[in-house]
Amino acid sequence: MSTYVGQLDAARFVRPKAVASYGFALGVLAFLLAIPPITERSPVWPAFLGILAAFAGVFAVSRGARRAGSGAIVVGVLGVALGVLATRSSTGNLDQVFTASLIASMLVFATPLTFAAIGGMFSERSGVVNIGLEGMMLMGAFWGIWGADKTGSWVGGLVIGIIAGGLLAVVHAVFAIHLRADQIVGGVAVNFLALGITGYFFVQLYHGNNVPTGISQIPDVNLTSNSNHGFFSEAFGHLNLMIWAVMALVVVSYFVMFRTPLGLRIRACGEHPRAADTVGINVYGLRYFSVILSGMLAAAGGAYLTVGFLGTYNENVTAGRGFIALAALIFGNWRPFGAFGAALLFGLSTAIAFRLPVYSGTAATLFQALPYVITLIAVAGVIGRSTPPAAVGRPYVKQ
Amino acid sequence: MSESLAPTTPPEPDTPPTTVAGRLDLLHRAGGIAVPVSTGVFAFAIGGLVVLGSGHNPFIAYRDILNGAGLNWLAHPWDVNTAHTAPYNLTQTLLQTTTLILTGLAVAFAFRCGLFNIGGQGQYFMGLFVASWVGTSFVNMTRPVHILLGIGAAALAGAAWAAIAGFLKAAVGAHEVITTIMLNWIAYWIGNYLFQQGGPLQGAANKPLDIPISGDIAGSAKLPVFWGDKDLQGLHIGFFLAIAALIVFWAILNRTTLGYEVRAVGYNPDAAAYGGIKVRTNYVRAMAISGAFAGLAGGLDMLGYLFHVGTSDVQASSIGFLGIAVALLGRSTAVGVGLAALLFGALLFGTTHGLQSNVIDPSLAGHLTELIQGLVVLFVGADLLIIAVWRAGGRLRRRPPDEPVAEPAS
Repeated sequence: MSTYVGQLDAARFVRPKAVASYGFALGVLAFLLAIPPITERSPVWPAFLGILAAFAGVFAVSRGARRAGSGAIVVGVLGVALGVLATRSSTGNLDQVFTASLIASMLVFATPLTFAAIGGMFSERSGVVNIGLEGMMLMGAFWGIWGADKTGSWVGGLVIGIIAGGLLAVVHAVFAIHLRADQIVGGVAVNFLALGITGYFFVQLYHGNNVPTGISQIPDVNLTSNSNHGFFSEAFGHLNLMIWAVMALVVVSYFVMFRTPLGLRIRACGEHPRAADTVGINVYGLRYFSVILSGMLAAAGGAYLTVGFLGTYNENVTAGRGFIALAALIFGNWRPFGAFGAALLFGLSTAIAFRLPVYSGTAATLFQALPYVITLIAVAGVIGRSTPPAAVGRPYVKQ
Repeated sequence: MSESLAPTTPPEPDTPPTTVAGRLDLLHRAGGIAVPVSTGVFAFAIGGLVVLGSGHNPFIAYRDILNGAGLNWLAHPWDVNTAHTAPYNLTQTLLQTTTLILTGLAVAFAFRCGLFNIGGQGQYFMGLFVASWVGTSFVNMTRPVHILLGIGAAALAGAAWAAIAGFLKAAVGAHEVITTIMLNWIAYWIGNYLFQQGGPLQGAANKPLDIPISGDIAGSAKLPVFWGDKDLQGLHIGFFLAIAALIVFWAILNRTTLGYEVRAVGYNPDAAAYGGIKVRTNYVRAMAISGAFAGLAGGLDMLGYLFHVGTSDVQASSIGFLGIAVALLGRSTAVGVGLAALLFGALLFGTTHGLQSNVIDPSLAGHLTELIQGLVVLFVGADLLIIAVWRAGGRLRRRPPDEPVAEPAS
């Protein structure tokens, strides 16, 4: 970092990578112009900005920044397409999709992803790949609702859900750390186990029907009165407690991971376990701690989904969110704020997908695939720029 | 930080190879048939404990599952008590086996290239959807042509779907586990879109009735049935195609240059690249061939006995995922996949249709399959445990690669 301090001259603003990032921003702006609150009705401006973005991308590619440049080209073309499309759509429809409550909705869908992604960060930073996040979320979702039903309180549900996720993580940890199993295969196995366990007990305990309605749900935090329909109130006024909790978690986990000895030790286990072991760090212990913590956090995300948001449980309710969280973790470069940002992006795509039925009833089903498509593109676009912990996925053998 | 800068230490004897294919090979050498069998027995035992824990007798449950699968008929073919039901049950088990062989091969082939294809479900869906489209269109075609077109299109659709993940792996290094899972969900929503009320492939007769199911495929596209009722889930010739696919799988891997390259990449991509093999090309090729197997499974199911598909079928299907357990239990070999597919086929049909509800609730038992599937995958992943046990007995036929070959004195 310090080597760049002296280079505060104009040249660094026209470096290919910098130009590519301007193109990226212009492409996004092209679309933002056409939607509320600006709602530009003429297709000229979005088209102009998008084409400018694409040209910036071409410039960057021709000067060697191929990856960043091609990203800018893609965003520019998408900006033109989506921006012009939005100017063709009626203002009424646009106002229905892009409201202040879209922000609240985005946060709702981003919250379970963030919980799981932060959990995944702890596990992977300690050197254990956790493909099993999906299963751990599912455990939290099912046992959370069961706990809330049996104890009659959402606190009990949350605690039981988190314990269930932690227990599944123990299985993954034992196989990954002590038995040195392939961590990808082990993680997939953990997902199947969760699917089998929750499916089995869903039938055994609830006969495969919906759980009783009216269970105790995690409360919303009402910052404003219900009659207030201002922007702040719609977006942030009535968020669930867990949404605020996850934002706090992002900050706390950043400090733990990058500002405390514990975080340093966890990262050491993931970068070079032999070196960590040599200076007296308990590699196995910290890896167990991290994997179990990841299971508990993922389960908290799953419990939010059922006890906080839905208030009920359906089979396989997590629907691949654990894997999207994993993608968010990669996209966010194994960092808390990065993962949170990526989760917000995926949450936004889900929230928009739920509002697109105003355009077409039958095509709406297809829009449900949007978060998965975005995830696919994001994972494909970001790999190589994002660096995983050096020893992730490799079992450590004590000497 | 780079590992290559570290002084080269000889590999520790207990360190397993890093690639999945390498580990499978080690497993294969460590104990042959006994290891997968003990893995299976172990998984069933723990599954039995869960059954016991939920208040049912596991022995009776497992016996009824196997009887329900029609396997008792093989042991007592002349038993008059089962003469009516058992052969029918066996045909149903073999129908499931047909599909599982192919979805198992889809995982196994990718495994041999060091790729973990958990997108068998999505590739199966694409085969299913395309076969449904071909089967309901082109109604004036003669039968062999129509059937061949349907099967070929289904296999191609699966291959193309899997090749997306292979391409992303080759081009930018996106991990195939994440991309194939995402492709599964995209295929899932495509299916929900195609066959929903008003969807483009919803049957014309179903539209006014508000039924989200495709039209029945034309008679000219239906596969010939050789055992059982030809209109009601009889065993179709796709069974022999699945057996042929096992042989093709073996032949490609062991008797062609393509297979040699795929296996070389699977053992060690760096060494393969050093030897002049194009690793990236092989990733795409291996995924496409894998996807073709899964797509074929979807095509045979559609043309063989389903004939139509609805959104609820799409939502309930998980046969592509079961292929993972089949491939792992079968050690990614042709014979192993065939046997594992038979076992899981029996489990699948035996739990969903063969059980008396007073013994164990059938829908409960259905999830038992998922549980056992998870346990099998878990224990196969923990090969070290089994290898350690085997080594303790000194029976591991090791060919240590790290020992220098004795040079002839010159």
